[in-house]
Amino acid sequence: MSIIAAFFLGILNYALIDNVVLSRFLGLCPFLGVSRKTSTAAGMGAAVVAVITLSSAITYAINQLLLKTLDMEYMRTIVFILIIAALVQSVEIILKKKIPSLYNALGVYLPLITTNCAVLGVAIDSAQKGFGFWQTMLFSVGTAVGFLVAIVIMAGIRERIEHNKIPESFKGMPIVLLTAALMAIAFFGFKGVSF
Amino acid sequence: MKKIPERLYNGIIKENPTFVLMLGMCPTLAVTTSAINGLGMGLSTCAVLMMSNLMISLLRKFIPDRVRMPAFIVVVASFVTIVDLLMQAYVRSLYGALGLYIPLIVVNCIILGRAEAYASKNPPVASFFDGLGMGVGFTLALTLIGAFRELLGSGSIFGFNIMPNGFEPVSIMIMAPGAFLVLACLTALQNKLKAPSATNREPSKFCAGNCANCTDASCHIGKKEDNDK
Repeated sequence: MSIIAAFFLGILNYALIDNVVLSRFLGLCPFLGVSRKTSTAAGMGAAVVAVITLSSAITYAINQLLLKTLDMEYMRTIVFILIIAALVQSVEIILKKKIPSLYNALGVYLPLITTNCAVLGVAIDSAQKGFGFWQTMLFSVGTAVGFLVAIVIMAGIRERIEHNKIPESFKGMPIVLLTAALMAIAFFGFKGVSF
Repeated sequence: MKKIPERLYNGIIKENPTFVLMLGMCPTLAVTTSAINGLGMGLSTCAVLMMSNLMISLLRKFIPDRVRMPAFIVVVASFVTIVDLLMQAYVRSLYGALGLYIPLIVVNCIILGRAEAYASKNPPVASFFDGLGMGVGFTLALTLIGAFRELLGSGSIFGFNIMPNGFEPVSIMIMAPGAFLVLACLTALQNKLKAPSATNREPSKFCAGNCANCTDASCHIGKKEDNDK
């Protein structure tokens, strides 16, 4: 198999078969909270793709060069969360200065991402599993794309069912959770496809 | 000292983090495949919550307002690391089952939410019991959901088989979709009984399931009530 095919299969594997939200339960809060409209959901998803890709590259480097050489891997949690918080803050500042149009589209979601557990989850997970650099990148991009796909589909469904007749006690959060359950069952079908 | 029972009641019943505020959904759904996992996750979060509330309350006069968020994160992350290492050393099997979700306690919005809304404004003893109340509330909720899923999904509670022999386990309950399904039914039941929850109160005052906002100024859980006292 060529490298490119392997790359796409890897992305597909992490994005669909082992979806970050629907089977690994990371990043549920924005998934349930920021999925009212498709446009905001897409913005949030895009911001998450950018931050996860960047942060996992940086945390990989820090883990390999600093923590492993100093034998301080037990400090991983503290170091990673601080790096992610600082990264998000600086991305926000840089975007605001250099690319205002992109900042206007994604900027509002950036501060919310620090507490998105998918970002820290991906960084810690790939460090714990001892992934190499390319594998880490594949894992993080695939995971982030999975988040984007899940949140956009969710927002689409929510827009459709907004004016439907929903039983009184299922209005609000219960129907959203029920939708997520059905989506999780649908994504479960991808488990049959293994590469 | 009459604040202590009031804080405990507030955390366990009145503002239960899972059922009322709907915070910390990720661990709630991910680890509740059995009652024992739910209990373990709840207790470790409870320990971190108590200690971080106590520490942040002690430091509240020294932390400059502008850098309070990073400072809170460092305090919480330190306690999470301690709990992580202790669990790795003494409860290997539980640590294996909870895995990634132990370090992820850092980004559990209940903890930062309480730090911001309560511990940074109140004396240490009250903050400690606020953490204990919230932690116990979270533990009870997780154990309940875990027991429910375990009962339907594998026909046992805490590993004890209690269902009759003819019972066919509904294994989807302990898989990913079951988590959403059980929580959907429990919150619907709560709406039916008109119990207070994040879903039937004004969304602007509460996070409405959106943890991402928790460190945001617009979303201080119970901040107003705490200030009134």
